[in-house]
Amino acid sequence: MSEQISALVGRSYSGFSTVAEAGLVGMVTLRGDLGSAELVAAVLAATGCAMPGQRRRVVAGDWSVCWMSPDELLLVGPYASAPGLVDQLTAALEGQHALAVDVSDARASFSVTGPKAAEVLMKLCPVDFAALAEDEVRRTRLGQIAAALWKSGRDSGREEYSLVCFRSVASYAFGVLENAARPGSELFAG
Amino acid sequence: MSARLSRGGRLIDRRAPVTFRFDGKPMTGFAGDTLAASLLANDQMLVGRSFKYHRPRGIVASGAEEPNALVGLGQGPRFEPNQRVTTTETFEGLTAISQNHWPSLEYDIGAVNGYLARFLPAGFYYKMFLWPRPFWKHVYEPFIRQSAGLGKVPQDADADRYEQAYAFADLVVAGGGIAGLTAALTAARAGKRVILLEQTAHWGGRAPVDGDVIDGMAADLWVKNAVQALEGMANVTMRLRTMVSGLYDHGYALAYERVADHTPGDGRPRHRLWRIRAGKVITATGAIERPLSFAGNDIPGVMLAAAVRDFVVNWAVSPGDRTVVVTNNDDAYRTALVLADAGLVVAAVIDARPSATGDLPAQVRARGIRVLEGRGIAKVKGAKRVTGVAICAQEGEGAVLEEIACDVVAMSGGWSPVVHLWSHCGGKLVWDAEASMFRPDAARPPTGDAGQPIAATAGAASGALQTAAVLADAHAAAGGEGLAPQATGPAEAAMLPVWIMPQGAGNALKSKMWLDYQNDVKVSDVQLAAREGYESVEHTKRYTTLGMATDQGKLSNINGLAVLSNALHQEIPATGTTTFRPPYTPISLGSIGGEARGEIFQPLRQTPMHGWHEAQGAYWEPVGQWRRPYCYKRGGETAHEAVNREVINTRSNIGLLDASTLGKILVKGADAGRFLDMLYTGVMSTLPVGKCRYGLMCNDNGFLIDDGVVVRLSEDSWLCHTTTGGADRIHAHMEDWLQCEWWDWKVHTANLTEQYAQVAIVGPKARMLLEKLGGMDVSREALPFMTYAEGTLGGFRARVFRISFSGELSYEVAVPASEGLAFWEACVAEGAEFGAMPYGTEALHVLRAEKGFIMIGDETDGTVIPQDLGLGWAISKKKPDYLGKRAQERSHMADPNRWKLVGLETLDGSVLPDGALAVAEGVNANGQRRTQGRVTSTYHSPVLKKGIAMGLVLNGPGRMGEVLDFPVDDGKVVQARIVDQVFYDKDGEKQNV
Amino acid sequence: MLTLTCPHCGIRAEETELSPGGEAHLKRYGPGDSDEQFEAYMFARKNPKGVHFERWRHAYGCGKWFLAARCTATLEVFGTYPAQTSAPPEHIIAAIRARRPGWEAGQ
Repeated sequence: MSEQISALVGRSYSGFSTVAEAGLVGMVTLRGDLGSAELVAAVLAATGCAMPGQRRRVVAGDWSVCWMSPDELLLVGPYASAPGLVDQLTAALEGQHALAVDVSDARASFSVTGPKAAEVLMKLCPVDFAALAEDEVRRTRLGQIAAALWKSGRDSGREEYSLVCFRSVASYAFGVLENAARPGSELFAG
Repeated sequence: MSARLSRGGRLIDRRAPVTFRFDGKPMTGFAGDTLAASLLANDQMLVGRSFKYHRPRGIVASGAEEPNALVGLGQGPRFEPNQRVTTTETFEGLTAISQNHWPSLEYDIGAVNGYLARFLPAGFYYKMFLWPRPFWKHVYEPFIRQSAGLGKVPQDADADRYEQAYAFADLVVAGGGIAGLTAALTAARAGKRVILLEQTAHWGGRAPVDGDVIDGMAADLWVKNAVQALEGMANVTMRLRTMVSGLYDHGYALAYERVADHTPGDGRPRHRLWRIRAGKVITATGAIERPLSFAGNDIPGVMLAAAVRDFVVNWAVSPGDRTVVVTNNDDAYRTALVLADAGLVVAAVIDARPSATGDLPAQVRARGIRVLEGRGIAKVKGAKRVTGVAICAQEGEGAVLEEIACDVVAMSGGWSPVVHLWSHCGGKLVWDAEASMFRPDAARPPTGDAGQPIAATAGAASGALQTAAVLADAHAAAGGEGLAPQATGPAEAAMLPVWIMPQGAGNALKSKMWLDYQNDVKVSDVQLAAREGYESVEHTKRYTTLGMATDQGKLSNINGLAVLSNALHQEIPATGTTTFRPPYTPISLGSIGGEARGEIFQPLRQTPMHGWHEAQGAYWEPVGQWRRPYCYKRGGETAHEAVNREVINTRSNIGLLDASTLGKILVKGADAGRFLDMLYTGVMSTLPVGKCRYGLMCNDNGFLIDDGVVVRLSEDSWLCHTTTGGADRIHAHMEDWLQCEWWDWKVHTANLTEQYAQVAIVGPKARMLLEKLGGMDVSREALPFMTYAEGTLGGFRARVFRISFSGELSYEVAVPASEGLAFWEACVAEGAEFGAMPYGTEALHVLRAEKGFIMIGDETDGTVIPQDLGLGWAISKKKPDYLGKRAQERSHMADPNRWKLVGLETLDGSVLPDGALAVAEGVNANGQRRTQGRVTSTYHSPVLKKGIAMGLVLNGPGRMGEVLDFPVDDGKVVQARIVDQVFYDKDGEKQNV
Repeated sequence: MLTLTCPHCGIRAEETELSPGGEAHLKRYGPGDSDEQFEAYMFARKNPKGVHFERWRHAYGCGKWFLAARCTATLEVFGTYPAQTSAPPEHIIAAIRARRPGWEAGQ
């Protein structure tokens, strides 16, 4: 087996918050009719997750399911399991109008951790973080690139956000996050 | 003399002296000073020269409206010109230099312009530099360039960091005076999410200076309590040193936070631009005092009356020993009282009104200060400093009644509400004749996405000038119920509009009455413009440059348009105002750029092999936001030599190309074939599984937008390769048609561009490398040209496409991106024995051009259709429809005289310049030489050892063998013969082995 | 800077998260249609001062196209709705008429 590496090989930076590339993460895009019984059943069988509502995220064990658009889910879990999950979903949805495809390698994942993690993201995303729900998935703009983010503190037990962008711009994403987390640039006192 | 007083100064800390330098001279101030206060405390009234006449100029104001006192601040990588001393906080080690003079501030050669003033009237530049035309380039422009510009341009890269941040609020309150505090408290108590922003370093605004009493407390105490109350509320965010610079559509406000201007180099970002989305903005921005227009009103020592008392009360600075107050209203009497309280001499109060009978004049008289009613200033005496004033009757023409010695003139022409934010996004103004001011018309506010008002004004910004009215207005603006904070104070009598002093002044006086200090615009200039026919205030502004300086006319606008109105014999509202545009005061370019500089100026897209290329010294070429290796230089090679080596090696051994950037879009579904038949000019639905087909994509206007190889992966799924620059665009194009036109078709797309690293393994020995890597069968029989297979190669999960963009035996191998680097390294290592070398984009271009393959962006430019490029073979004649088909039937598209693609071969073997035009006989309607073709791609072919090119030529394919003239630089003409564009291996045997 | 609510994902997005796509509700003309029809479809665009229907894509969000009815003069937004329709839905027409009495579709 060959050597597999994520875009930034787990690079991290500690400023007033900690920014880290999360390494290889399994990701599967599933497109189809999110209301169809077959698709709901297939997702549940493959991941243990119920169908998330609009902009929500459901977590069960290793896998979580993020609502990305009215006909698109992002399934997030262990990297090595993604190809198998695609096969399982494809088989389960045979004959349905659906597309399951492994996008693990097309993405880079980051975590922003610490009590002031939101302040890092406030500098880059036109998002009202105070109004972001615990289980909400927000697709937005991070500086000049597209990204999806959500609070992942419940999973890790820390004040933390997870963020996903395209792999080719991982270096830019890390750069702007690192820059935004520099000590002395906290937005609020305390 | 201006000096520090021994007592008082509510904002300074006398235990904390700070040292700074002005024009190299060491000076001392106190923590809490503005630089203006520090300079005055050091008797530095003269701080700059005016822009046009180089007149000596002193500090006029105490805040953001200051027109004169601009300096260059800082040094080296922290130098910045045109900074207002009134809004600069003094800190230890500050350095400032004065501007716009040579050789020195005291003795300035440019002041000669002042003697030439009558030859430099309004519109001078427009009149003077019009003729003769040839003078422009060699005489006028160098002259203007030499004298243009205010301040010096910084020479070093900025050492500071800047950033932006997003914020959201129900209410943004702009201004932290008593109106802003009242509005914020009112809204916050009602549970609103409030952001309160104050541009200075202190809460409270003018009220503490003016000695207001609010709710039975001194204003200072009331402000302290209000700030404490707000600080204790979780729904309130407060910022000092943060100016709301603009209000925009749908409640978008920009706020400019000067985080570390006063603590440079402390590691914090210097400026931060807040991008705030507000439900509503309350502008509690106060009012600005207007100057009076009298002769010599720009001489250092003539200051705004309120600024004089600011300096005394806030910073314990006496602008001079002996002050004359000149006014048309009661408020300026407060300045006389403050000066008297500080033990300074008020020589007289000159009141333009026939009588001054209010509470404040009475208090002044009670101190024994002379009050002259119905009087004005005929002339200020002095040059670099006021020495006295000549008094006249306001109603007269300027005959001098007496002269009074003084070193400060404190003037007040009334107050103008700061309506900028209100006006930025469409709020309308109404002329208040009684108060002689434009104030916001509450009935016509700027509106938001639901048509709702997005701004309200509070306090002096509404035109309320008495403290009690300010508080009541602010309370109401924030939707307050019950009682507003209460204030008591003296009753003030009405002001009298005074636009020039004396009212009957002749031209000699009017040409010494300054309206716009910074741009040197005088009353006489505006009147001249009116005489010359300028009626629109916007035109007059540009003609005279009134209000066009860095202060954007904060002091001059109202006076200027009053003068214009009088000259046009019309009422002020008929003249109207110029447009208020953001930002309120200049903000740094750094803050606008935010984090986007250096490495993170823009996203640079990197393939999984990027680091390897970098380590090999790749010479980069930007392709969209990607960086691709142009070539890999070895030893002392030039780029050209490297490209030649890479081309020859690829044609004779193996070339390795990082093709990861090629777009890869998965299209799947029951209607996917039908969809692709609409998208491509050819037929994709009939492509057998496992086969590849070249396709062209047009927009519905018929023009070629992208090309690439389409692969049928399975019965219901296709993989569409796009150009590197086209991946995102084409994916969006597909989704556009699927979502907006054919939404009932069963098709899904997924952009898998970055899921795979793709390596093109190209050259006669390519198969040997793949076989050495081992795994799937890549033989000619198992994997013929234009087919596809999945399997493993050297242990890698691989998708292998037998496609060729070079004319050679070629395999494009896609592996998961996370394995891309390892696969690339394996190819390099295992390929060494076959002479494998990486090649870059330039070699790719040469290889494809030798084969006559088109490149989107070279052969196409948005006006080219596939038929122009001899690609009719890739256009289905049978399909009833595809995107672009109807457009291509239009007469212009079907015109036999369109320029069409051919090869071009120079007679002398040289390389044609890119874009060179082939000339024809005669001239066109514009008198320009006719053309009959142009070069679209041009290279040196190291294989053919000559220049080769492709171009679009009138009737080109029918003119094989003809020779065209291509004029190039220096009058030379290169001749090239029209040939077939396939220069190499015309029968395509090499790619099919 | 405008804000528009994406009807697909419910985000009130600012303009930097969106990309514009020109006039909405164009009917495509193709092979077999006259030059005049094709010209009108391809080139003739409304440019009203007032009520206008536009295409927008939630480019940095869910990626979906939607349509917006808004006033080009005041920037008031009457409503947004999914792009999968060939004419403005009733509730959008009603919202426009509530704010612009007398407005007629096709104006």
